[in-house]
Amino acid sequence: MPCQDGPVDEASALVEIAGATVRFGSFTALDGVDFRMFPGEVHSLMGENGAGKSTLIKALTGALRLDEGTVVIDGAARHFSGPRDAQEAGVSTVYQEVDLLENLSVAENIFLGREPRRFGVIDHRAMRRDAAAVLEGLGLSLDPASPLGRHPLAVQQLVAIARAISTDVKVLVLDEPTSSLDLDEVAELFRVIRDLKERGVAILFVSHFLDQVYEMSDRITVLRDGSLVGEYLTTELLRIDLVKKMLGRDVAEIAPREHVVEPEMPADPILSARGLTRAPGITNADVDIAEGEVLGVAGLLGSGRTELARVLTGVDRAHSGIIRIEGKPARLDSPRHAVNLGVVYSSENRRTEGLIGDLSVEENIALALQAQQGALHPISGARRRELALSWIEALGIKPADPDRLVRTLSGGNQQKVMLARLLALSPRVIVLDEPTRGIDVGAKVEIQRLVGELADNGLSVVFISAELEEVLRVGDRVAILREGEVAETVNAASLNPDTLMALVAQPDLPEA
Amino acid sequence: MTLLKHRLFWPVAALVTLVVVNVIANPNFAKVTMRDGDLYGNPVTILRESAPLMLVALGMTLVIATRGIDLSVGAVMAVSGAVSLTIIADSPDPGSLGTVTVAIVVAVLVALVLGAWNGFLVSVLGIQPIIATLVLMLAGRGVALLITGGAITTVTSAPYKFLSNGYLILLPVAFFIWVAVVAIVALVERRTALGMLTESVGINPEASRLAGVRSRGIILSAYMVSGLLAGVAGIINASNTMAADSNNAGYLIELYAILAVVLGGTSLMGGKFSIAGTVIGVLTVTTLDKTIQFFGVPPAQSPVFFAVVVVIVVLVQSPRVHAWGRAASARMRRTPSGGEPPTGPGAASAAKKREEVAA
Repeated sequence: MPCQDGPVDEASALVEIAGATVRFGSFTALDGVDFRMFPGEVHSLMGENGAGKSTLIKALTGALRLDEGTVVIDGAARHFSGPRDAQEAGVSTVYQEVDLLENLSVAENIFLGREPRRFGVIDHRAMRRDAAAVLEGLGLSLDPASPLGRHPLAVQQLVAIARAISTDVKVLVLDEPTSSLDLDEVAELFRVIRDLKERGVAILFVSHFLDQVYEMSDRITVLRDGSLVGEYLTTELLRIDLVKKMLGRDVAEIAPREHVVEPEMPADPILSARGLTRAPGITNADVDIAEGEVLGVAGLLGSGRTELARVLTGVDRAHSGIIRIEGKPARLDSPRHAVNLGVVYSSENRRTEGLIGDLSVEENIALALQAQQGALHPISGARRRELALSWIEALGIKPADPDRLVRTLSGGNQQKVMLARLLALSPRVIVLDEPTRGIDVGAKVEIQRLVGELADNGLSVVFISAELEEVLRVGDRVAILREGEVAETVNAASLNPDTLMALVAQPDLPEA
Repeated sequence: MTLLKHRLFWPVAALVTLVVVNVIANPNFAKVTMRDGDLYGNPVTILRESAPLMLVALGMTLVIATRGIDLSVGAVMAVSGAVSLTIIADSPDPGSLGTVTVAIVVAVLVALVLGAWNGFLVSVLGIQPIIATLVLMLAGRGVALLITGGAITTVTSAPYKFLSNGYLILLPVAFFIWVAVVAIVALVERRTALGMLTESVGINPEASRLAGVRSRGIILSAYMVSGLLAGVAGIINASNTMAADSNNAGYLIELYAILAVVLGGTSLMGGKFSIAGTVIGVLTVTTLDKTIQFFGVPPAQSPVFFAVVVVIVVLVQSPRVHAWGRAASARMRRTPSGGEPPTGPGAASAAKKREEVAA
């Protein structure tokens, strides 16, 4: 891997942030952090949620102003009063949650706010042509005139990157760019990143995937609790040391769960689906879930992971196929039906399909239970408070304040609120779609541990994740999806991430 | 500082300022006199005349909370007034309590059906609220004219007149009606889970559906309440003039109701709503209306005056203007002391950031 070995030339820094301090009221989000980037490097910013990564990124991209400290880019001191200023200085950003406009075309999204003009009006032909060129540079064959919303999230993400690099970019910030991409797309993105690097662009790469951080980055800056821990050459920082520096403590290893379920199909499944089909997405999928087991679901993006989850939980209706719950055929026409049958769903999109951001933690926890009881049978204020407090304690939701608006919580805690809402329904089957996406290492381990505990208490869990290592760690059995079918179901204990990846990606490969 | 952050602070401040300006300009503005055991005077008139707008704005608040809008309220008022007065006019005994009761009940039921129609279009057929309610906004007055046979129906009926012009204890009946309705709506919304589920649907419809919320029922109920309350408003309005004027009853009231809801701090984006805020918003709008009369603004210019004051009130409540104000005052403090940091370092910019974070 091309890497900047040895000490870099101090004078050549493209970005130099010194003494960056940001306060929100009495809370200090960033405390005198120094940060620098050099042209033609990939720099990873690491830290748990709340470490100050987002705040530092926002300071660099003009989304907020520093209370103290300086930002120097390309040798000039900068005082950004908005993202536009930052863009003009050559800093472009792709955020974790795609923030493009779904009803506009791909081309319009790429050139939003800086459309090519002719005689004062937007030159759509030039825009489509330029967009096609940018997309081609990314190796994407997309119709620039097609509405963005018609494309899957992964493609939207690449369009966001296309948008960022279509400007005269000196610094490219990628905030969790790979969290919704499959392996091929990640490889494609990395190819693009290396290409940009060759062109002297400084790339700030933020990812929870340690593998990717080590594959891509030249240097790593670690933050913890709003302070700088240090800046390291990737080649000189052991992974275990990186994790220790991020957490400030040793990671508590979670004990492997007792794998009680045999690899063959359970004899007496609590939920059993046969021939589930819903185009596009899943065709003829069979699933069995036993009581008290964690069924991991692994598959490439587009293999039908989310589609399967949605059909199993009544969010989407199956076009054909049958679902039995405890042997009885069940009609799952809506999430309400599913909830009443004890089958609940946590979406991969916490923000858009999960939480009600402007309601409090307490209201979010009580929401599904209240909806089940009906508007006219309110949960009393006292009982609702009790319910919220007991789940806050049981799941360790922080801060432990039921009145806090849920959107102000960190990703990990939001996920716990989502879990609390579902668990308050006393479900029998809980389907978790990417429950640990975009949350920090500590919270991730906690969620995984919780899932194990829930299963030990008799709950059946469907655990969907793009991280194979996690699927293996949490799951008893693993259902492997290929092209909308459950290709095979295997015992988790018999696999390691490499063999699972082989199964997921290339069915014909001999098993290791 | 906590007082400043209360969501009702700016709406209340706007109303109080408006009243204070009036009293300074003319102390008679706040004068209340006692006659025959009843109170009279400008403040009492404001409380009485607020009634139709109050009821309509209350329903509008719930509809807006679901991300909707109800443009048909004025037309529903006209229909309700026409129905009730036609029943009374056609009855052999217009002055009897029984006739008036029947007239009111039928009119309110018709209004409820009209609200249900709006709700059906929006929640079941999925038509955009502004279009769905526009249908009735345009058609409703025609329906009212059909009912009254194209004429302005006038009646004489003491019990009916009592609704708008009568007094109970010291204060007008109309005032007690709106206070009672506000109390009932607030109680229903906050004591049942309707309020929370309404906000949930308004903030995030898809997440609400996935949580098992019956969004259709919630949205339908909001439009039904809006129709029902517009019906009651139509009765009070007709009782005020004792005439069913299908063309002018509740004319443009939908816009004033939206204004009152927004002045009360409920966002047109839907979600969180404030009933208390709407009450304050309505009182502000009605007070402003009286101000125009009191200042003797000629009718031709009164819309301009109204608009100017509304812009000022909206600016006073704008969080962005607050941030600018704080930034400006921080700069002012900094300049004379020669570049020293202001007393609260970064207070203004921190506040601005909080907003950005919130946004």
